[in-house]
Amino acid sequence: MLSRVAERLYWMARYLERAENTARMIMAFNSMSLDMPRHATLSWRSLVVVTGMQAIFDEHYTREDERNCVKFLIADTYNPSSIASCLRATRENVRTTRDQVPTEAWEVINELYLYVQEHLDAGIGKRSRYEFLSEIVERCQMLTGLLAGCMSHDAGYDFIRVGRNLERADMATRQIEVGALQLLEGFDPTEPYGGLLWTSVLRYQSAFQMYRHNVRRKVSGPGVLRFLLQNGPFPRSVLHCLSEVASALERLPRNELPLRTALQAVRHARDADVDALIRKNAVIPFLEDLQLEIGDLHEAIADNWFPAVNAA
Amino acid sequence: MKKNQPIDWKTYDPGEFFDELIAAPNQPRPVAGGITEYLADLDSAEIRARQQAAELAILEMGVSFTIYSEGENIDRAWPFDIIPRVIALKEWQTIEQGLAQRLTALNMFINDIYNDQNIVQDKVIPKYVFANSKNFREQCRGFTPPLGVWAHICGSDLVRDKDGTLYVLEDNLRVPSGVSYMLENRQLTKRVFPELFENTSILPVDDYTNQLFDMLASISPRPQDHPKIAVLTPGIFNSAYFEHSFLAQRMGAQLVEGADLVVGEDDCVYMRTIEGLERVDVIYRRIDDDFLDPEVFREDSTLGVPGLMRAWRNGKVALANAPGAGVADDKVIYTFVPDMIRYYLKEEPIIPNVPTWMCVNKQDRDYVLEHLDELVVKPANESGGYGMLVGPHSTKKQRTEFAALIKKNPRNYIAQPTLALSVSPTLCDGGLEPRHLDLRPFVLQGVRTYVTAGGLTRVAMRKGSLVVNSSQGGGSKDTWIVDEEN
Repeated sequence: MLSRVAERLYWMARYLERAENTARMIMAFNSMSLDMPRHATLSWRSLVVVTGMQAIFDEHYTREDERNCVKFLIADTYNPSSIASCLRATRENVRTTRDQVPTEAWEVINELYLYVQEHLDAGIGKRSRYEFLSEIVERCQMLTGLLAGCMSHDAGYDFIRVGRNLERADMATRQIEVGALQLLEGFDPTEPYGGLLWTSVLRYQSAFQMYRHNVRRKVSGPGVLRFLLQNGPFPRSVLHCLSEVASALERLPRNELPLRTALQAVRHARDADVDALIRKNAVIPFLEDLQLEIGDLHEAIADNWFPAVNAA
Repeated sequence: MKKNQPIDWKTYDPGEFFDELIAAPNQPRPVAGGITEYLADLDSAEIRARQQAAELAILEMGVSFTIYSEGENIDRAWPFDIIPRVIALKEWQTIEQGLAQRLTALNMFINDIYNDQNIVQDKVIPKYVFANSKNFREQCRGFTPPLGVWAHICGSDLVRDKDGTLYVLEDNLRVPSGVSYMLENRQLTKRVFPELFENTSILPVDDYTNQLFDMLASISPRPQDHPKIAVLTPGIFNSAYFEHSFLAQRMGAQLVEGADLVVGEDDCVYMRTIEGLERVDVIYRRIDDDFLDPEVFREDSTLGVPGLMRAWRNGKVALANAPGAGVADDKVIYTFVPDMIRYYLKEEPIIPNVPTWMCVNKQDRDYVLEHLDELVVKPANESGGYGMLVGPHSTKKQRTEFAALIKKNPRNYIAQPTLALSVSPTLCDGGLEPRHLDLRPFVLQGVRTYVTAGGLTRVAMRKGSLVVNSSQGGGSKDTWIVDEEN
């Protein structure tokens, strides 16, 4: 398989996952904002912070209100991580690898891209936001399902798995971090709205129901943190995603360095003592280290398999 | 065509033009008997339904071509007319021989002018003809590619005049495109008119990609092994990207861009794969000479591969078509093809050229300047129907502009009579109407020569228009070579 093709499949999966995660996150936050008491001012900007694009946001906006933040996250083309930008990039990557992916995959992403272009206003406005975002999540899932069910699980598919899970792990660490930051900023985890906040962090990752199944105790900071970080079976936990990355990398040729990096990240996620981290006030530095590790893992993958672009 | 009336061949009138299917109102040509009878039994609703089925299939199959406009690339569905164009096998066999003869002579000519230039020394062709051609590549002098073949793939455009004579209009020896549409058109017609294939002997066209693969394999520098073949595309923004990816898929070849390839210290060409570097033996390149190798041609090219020419000249990789083959693509050199056939093959040309005035000759130039309103003037090196003047459809201002262009650079212009291109029934808003068309057969030359059964028929969908290029409102039809004796 050509390095360039591998790279496009990898990015296709990353952008697709990013679009879906962003849509889920806005939906969860949106629903929480409706439950919050009037005096608790919710920061929409925190969603921008999760995506890591606050610098670009500040270049374009002075007011951090709901409308600006949502527009930035959904529609703005100068935000490379907005849903519209991600789906455009997904589409371009599928378009250039059309001979590698099932034909229907092209049709699905093409239609999704056109749908988003036509309905951007609905997504920005309050009234149809939920329908718009859930439509996106649904169609992203359809595409993921199509690739899983109709594409040969060969090297190309392994690169898709790597991209999807790396992106998901990255996003999960960021979302946990935002939750943890707000926890530090004065929400009392024992009062009802603190519980609400952690519930919404779970809902960013559609994890609430699975948490309930697994954790049979009340929703609390440490419980949520442990679940989203270390739960093995839950497919959106950091540990699960990193393990998936490692298992896909294991099947690829010449994989030594990236695989070693991935396994190390798996160990760090798995072996972390969450209670001790909370006690020592070390949650944020730990999550930031984990993000750096995920960044290193991406570098290792790119250096190893995608040299063409760096050389050009 | 009135509502739900069957097609009435009495009312279809090709006028003064030669019609490919109909000799005169209500008199189908014998070879078109099957299709015309069949169509006469369909009413207009039925025929529209078939056209819609074809259009739907085109979208499903994702047949498209790309047009660059307003900064966005747009994938357009391929405009397809369901009524096939029919040619009798007997006539086709002569055309086939003529095309093979032509490409053989062209390849001998290219090899000659890059080496001994006997044809110049024997005063058959004056040197200025190619010395000033912008597609003559000094870098190719003194080299003979495997089998002495430079143009492995040729698309020659054929047109039929009012009296039924078939002419070669031009030879495309650089990166001729359209063959994937020829193949897709046949798939479409099989879906739309399956009944007709049961009782008419229509020559199949599907073998082309196998023939292309075999030809490319035959020029591999390592013929004993399984040669690794790559199709080199300029990328997704190229108008023929669909075709590049289609051909690669059908041949099981790798579709590569310049950045995927690298020339090693051993002068071999390698692809960058996830397993590491993998050697490539044959490159079917779909990018122009100019962009092929920034070390030799345009330095600013990011589409090509540095060192590719070195690899080619050292025999480590085969390129199809060979760099420099485009020299014979020139419209001035075109006028000498009949002389080449006589000179190299000692044969008379089987398919004639369109009579051509070369503006570089004073006598011809004077004639052209006086008759601009009757002639078609073409630049020597353009393709895609760009930069030409169609005299009878031109304005005075355009003619003045062209007169100035010709006087400024006579070598760059040729003129031909405005041919009354043949027509064929085409489904239009008002029913079946005659529309002008041409034909592009594809010829492959390696160890042996292969001609497609028919080719790509391009049709000008606008009434009266002679421009068949897809970038300018043209469409296409399936082309049937019909064996009447079987």
